[in-house]
Amino acid sequence: MRGEAAAPDTADAAGAAIAEVIAVSKRFGRSQALTNVSVAVPTGDSRALVGRNGAGKSTLVAVLTGMLAPDSGRVRFGGADAPGLAERQKWRDRVACVYQKSTLVPTLTVAENLLLNSQPTGPLGLIRWGAVRREAERVLAGWGMELDVEQECARLTVEQRQIVEIARALIQGARFIILDEPTAELEGREVRRLFDRIAHLQRTGVTFLYISHYLEEIYEVCRSVTVLRDGRVVAEGPLAAMPKERVVAAMVGEAGRASLAPGRVASASIAAKPALELRGVTIAGTAADISLRVGAGECVGLAGLAGSGKGEIGDAITGLIAPDAGGIAVAGTELRRSDVRDAQRKGVGTVPRDRHARGIVPLLPIAENMTMTIADRLGPAGVIVPARQQDAAMRMVRSLQIVATSVAQPIKELSGGNQQKAVMARALASEPQVLVLHYPTQGVDIASKEALFGIVERARAGGTAVLIISDELDELAVCDRVLVIFKGRLTREFTAGWDSEALVAAIEGIGHDERTG
Amino acid sequence: MTSEPAEALSGRPAPLLSRLPLLGLRELTLVPAIVLAVVIGALVSNAFLTVDNLLNILQQSSELSVVVIAETLVLLAGRFDLSLESVVGLAPMLGAWLIIRNVEVGGSGIGLDWRLAIAVVLLTGAVVGAVNGFLIVRLRLNAFIVTLAMLILLRGAQLGTTSGKTLFDLPDGYLYLGSGKWASVPVSIWVAAILYLAFGLFLRFHRLGRALYAIGGNAEAARVGGIRVERVLWGTFIVAGMLAALAGLMLTGRIASVVPSQGQNMIFYVFAAAVIGGISLNGGKGRLLGALTGVLLLGILQNVLTLAEIPAFWIDAVYGGIILVALVLSRVTGGQAEES
Repeated sequence: MRGEAAAPDTADAAGAAIAEVIAVSKRFGRSQALTNVSVAVPTGDSRALVGRNGAGKSTLVAVLTGMLAPDSGRVRFGGADAPGLAERQKWRDRVACVYQKSTLVPTLTVAENLLLNSQPTGPLGLIRWGAVRREAERVLAGWGMELDVEQECARLTVEQRQIVEIARALIQGARFIILDEPTAELEGREVRRLFDRIAHLQRTGVTFLYISHYLEEIYEVCRSVTVLRDGRVVAEGPLAAMPKERVVAAMVGEAGRASLAPGRVASASIAAKPALELRGVTIAGTAADISLRVGAGECVGLAGLAGSGKGEIGDAITGLIAPDAGGIAVAGTELRRSDVRDAQRKGVGTVPRDRHARGIVPLLPIAENMTMTIADRLGPAGVIVPARQQDAAMRMVRSLQIVATSVAQPIKELSGGNQQKAVMARALASEPQVLVLHYPTQGVDIASKEALFGIVERARAGGTAVLIISDELDELAVCDRVLVIFKGRLTREFTAGWDSEALVAAIEGIGHDERTG
Repeated sequence: MTSEPAEALSGRPAPLLSRLPLLGLRELTLVPAIVLAVVIGALVSNAFLTVDNLLNILQQSSELSVVVIAETLVLLAGRFDLSLESVVGLAPMLGAWLIIRNVEVGGSGIGLDWRLAIAVVLLTGAVVGAVNGFLIVRLRLNAFIVTLAMLILLRGAQLGTTSGKTLFDLPDGYLYLGSGKWASVPVSIWVAAILYLAFGLFLRFHRLGRALYAIGGNAEAARVGGIRVERVLWGTFIVAGMLAALAGLMLTGRIASVVPSQGQNMIFYVFAAAVIGGISLNGGKGRLLGALTGVLLLGILQNVLTLAEIPAFWIDAVYGGIILVALVLSRVTGGQAEES
């Protein structure tokens, strides 16, 4: 397959970048994901790609792997134009990405996954299983990797899965490999081994694009860095000449600094009985000994990277998961472990992490989605009186300014911002004392964002305690205090008027990374 | 399918009055097919459009229709229950077995009062549903395979208990639901009609009914919304089992006996009726009224095929072909192409 790869149509193949995007722009609806981005990765380099959530990293990876066509601009490999999007095989020859989610067939063995659809065959086109096994073993050994090729991929550890995915890319012929947050789920020793493996492959001529939130790591693994912010390249260069402070400053940018509310006085005083109190909450493998208090009318941010445990803390408060130890109380009343209904009755409202997976029932009407938390208050004996449901829904639609043709419309027909408002309405419907908001403005446009912040502000002015779980600076900016959680432990606390670079550094774990240091 | 409404709902008074629509067009897509079947029936035989024959169709459909309610509840919640048809056989058989004194004809020799026997019938359905619920909800086993195994198990248990004998000579009270008449209309038709009305309203206007749609539509979102997903699902299996047991009692009453094969193959027609009636196999979508039109279409077709003197051995083949056509038609006339 590789032999028939198109011959370079330009002469400057020597010294050409192994992968290159030139002036690429990409827009999704109203949001501009990439603006005139040019990045060239020279052969043999190992490049770090960093940026905060929404900076455009995933879009750039999608363009580089041929999953998305850019609106304008070009992608080139080794000096030659990239193949058409439909020619998947040619893309696989040039580039491979190891994502955080597995792309292996879990029910097949390592050997089968490595040689899927290119198994050695014998007479009559029958697969020679012995040859499949030997070939897989030979390839793994050839790249200095060891693994039992007979085991099922479903039973691999994260580390082993990454090995198989990298090996598969190498078998396809790709010499340019993108690693998307490879260490997010690895233990210290595994990270060490991954770095050794990357170094080994680098020496054999494999080029890496390395995406990570852990800045400490990229200084160890990479030679150069590209920083994205708001879909633009804002800094680029060899890491030797780029101290961490400069990288962080580039990630945060001026806008981040300016958007901070100038030293709002923490209006709420934490009374003897805080609205929300967590005492030593521990969730095995994700969070350890988390204690925090949120007063009535106070807005507190819980900031951390993906996988830091912040989402699980929120889920424990709302009763979606059971903590292994510790207690959670709302206005002095203990919540039952892992009981959503109980948490709701005692005054917890929530906007869940993933709107589509957990927020909405797409086919049901808007009214029904919004009143789900108060379905037992809409009539006698569990009967839902349509007029009362309608009235309740109309009140929410008006107060949250949701744009819809009718509350009887299925919620899937609404725009993202309006769906998110409806999910917020569902949280507010039960008049909660505590609001747990996971990324409350995820995937919504600027106008909806403002509106959602206004809603949060009103709730809080009305005495609701708000916990915002996020690592978005503009979402954290509305908080009186921000607690930083890193690898399951609370590490820092910032009060209003914080320095956003220091906050980002704390979120990224700079100075706290015991794993690789 | 994102619509961009021109103005905010809050800006205008008019949509305020827009009621949640009671009837979607989707529920009426089978009506033309039913009309067509009736016209053909009238052309094929003079006996078709008579009060007796129409009541006959309704009565013969009544047991199926009650099992369809049961299956609809389970399907709406995004699950499966194949074992309902075995409950249709086993539950009334157990009741009859407890009533009959004569061990020679397959009875237990206990001579239970028929009122208690009816309680046993319903209890049997509830117990089977509870066991299904335990296996599917608690142990998280696959609903399809669990209820398939349950189906085989219960069928075998039914045969074993009576050694394959047909039980008859049952007290009138036990047979009343399938043999009695109110206002010269068979009781089983009344029972089915009342159940359709009650469950139709329940699914539309009760929060537990709505919870089934929410669970079938997105169980995670339902859980975050405060619905006790496991409890509701478990209850659904129990209610479905009881409805199937009731349907079995109605069937036993109509034929005045319990044959060892009672209910056999019924589940295929249950699924066919529900699906051509617009109940989604993926859960969260469909209306009971739609399922009812599915039942009626199948009942009328069965009757017309018999009256048309199609050779008895070929009736099933023709019937299956027509169900396929009905499926295609309901997809085509259903408007929007739904994800299967």
